[in-house]
Amino acid sequence: MTAPTAAGYGLVACHVCELVTRAPRGGAEGVCPRCGAQLHSRKPNAVARTWALLIAAAILYLPANIEPVMITSSFLGTQSDTILSGVAYLYHSGSWPLAVLVFAASILVPLLKLIALSYLAASVQSRSRANLLQRTRLYRVLEFVGRWSMLDVFVVMVLAALVNMGSLANIQAGRGAMFFGGVVVLTMLASMSFDPRMIWDATREENG
Amino acid sequence: MHHSALIACHECDLLQREVPLPDGGKAICQRCQATLYTQSTDSIDRALALMLAAAALFAIGNAFPVVSMEIQGHRTEALVWQGAWRLHQEGESLVGLMVFLTALVFPLVQIAGMLAILVPLRLGLTPNYLVPAYRTIEQVKPWSMVEVFMLGVLVSLVKLAHMAKVVPGIGMWAFFGLIIALAWASSTLNPHEVWARLEVREPEPAR
Repeated sequence: MTAPTAAGYGLVACHVCELVTRAPRGGAEGVCPRCGAQLHSRKPNAVARTWALLIAAAILYLPANIEPVMITSSFLGTQSDTILSGVAYLYHSGSWPLAVLVFAASILVPLLKLIALSYLAASVQSRSRANLLQRTRLYRVLEFVGRWSMLDVFVVMVLAALVNMGSLANIQAGRGAMFFGGVVVLTMLASMSFDPRMIWDATREENG
Repeated sequence: MHHSALIACHECDLLQREVPLPDGGKAICQRCQATLYTQSTDSIDRALALMLAAAALFAIGNAFPVVSMEIQGHRTEALVWQGAWRLHQEGESLVGLMVFLTALVFPLVQIAGMLAILVPLRLGLTPNYLVPAYRTIEQVKPWSMVEVFMLGVLVSLVKLAHMAKVVPGIGMWAFFGLIIALAWASSTLNPHEVWARLEVREPEPAR
């Protein structure tokens, strides 16, 4: 016995106002009778879009971690910091709780997002029926934590704006900041294009 | 043909019947445990009050410096847009744009859009732009990152504390208030109450 789903009953829930209506026949695209939004039972091309954005994010992940995100210059000399050396600096300056926080937001979260979303996309493609609830929870966590990776971009921005005193002390954003911001935006877009309802579609019996 | 009492879970598509909830109650999907909807007293009134507060705090936060810093008598202060502009001047325009949008433009769109919807609803009117405005707000919401920005400010303060005297400004307190007001408003507003104001039109005939 399969659980009653909207798709199983030929119904579709509007993704804007959540009104449940009969799905248009023959797979045609309809509009919501209440709010006029395009109706689709699942996000269009969810798996393909998720993969495309994930691959793009994975490519940017390398320069994001290798290139300097911040260039500090003062009368003592010039120093380039990558994301990781910024974390090390925080750690050595005695604020290890902040170092842990920045490490989690800037290094762990993007990496785990890449891995976890790949796992979700692959498991949906193989119509896996294992760990349904855990996978849905995993997706929920990813949706929640993704935005916090922007942390380092904001840190660089605040430092660059404040420390702006010519030869005395000057902080500039490095090229890594752009790549890093790109990783954050692309992984957020990737998790938005994924549709968690497809995790549960594997439990539906094939009936044409 | 529509089923107003039916809801489909947005995370696992399970069909369930909408049930009345007590105030402060929360309906959870019985299969995947996603939050389906919540019920709060005077949803629209409270959300409107909180959004008015958010608008005031947003204005203050952007009119006064978030932090100021002193090194050997040199004093610098920065507003949000100035920080973004400085990134642009340094040639990091994309990063500057990202900051400008996520810390300033998107929160502004979110606040202005909610006020544009809630004020008429409070007056018993259903504005004809309700649907596009609400969709815009929903699309902008994940990219409106005031709370991440403020955490970034705190981390920067710790980094700078070693080399300079840093003083939190009025803008920072306003932004902290803004975070609370926005989070509270979005947990208070029950979208079902907004959508219930819209009439269901007959489906358009197939072409």
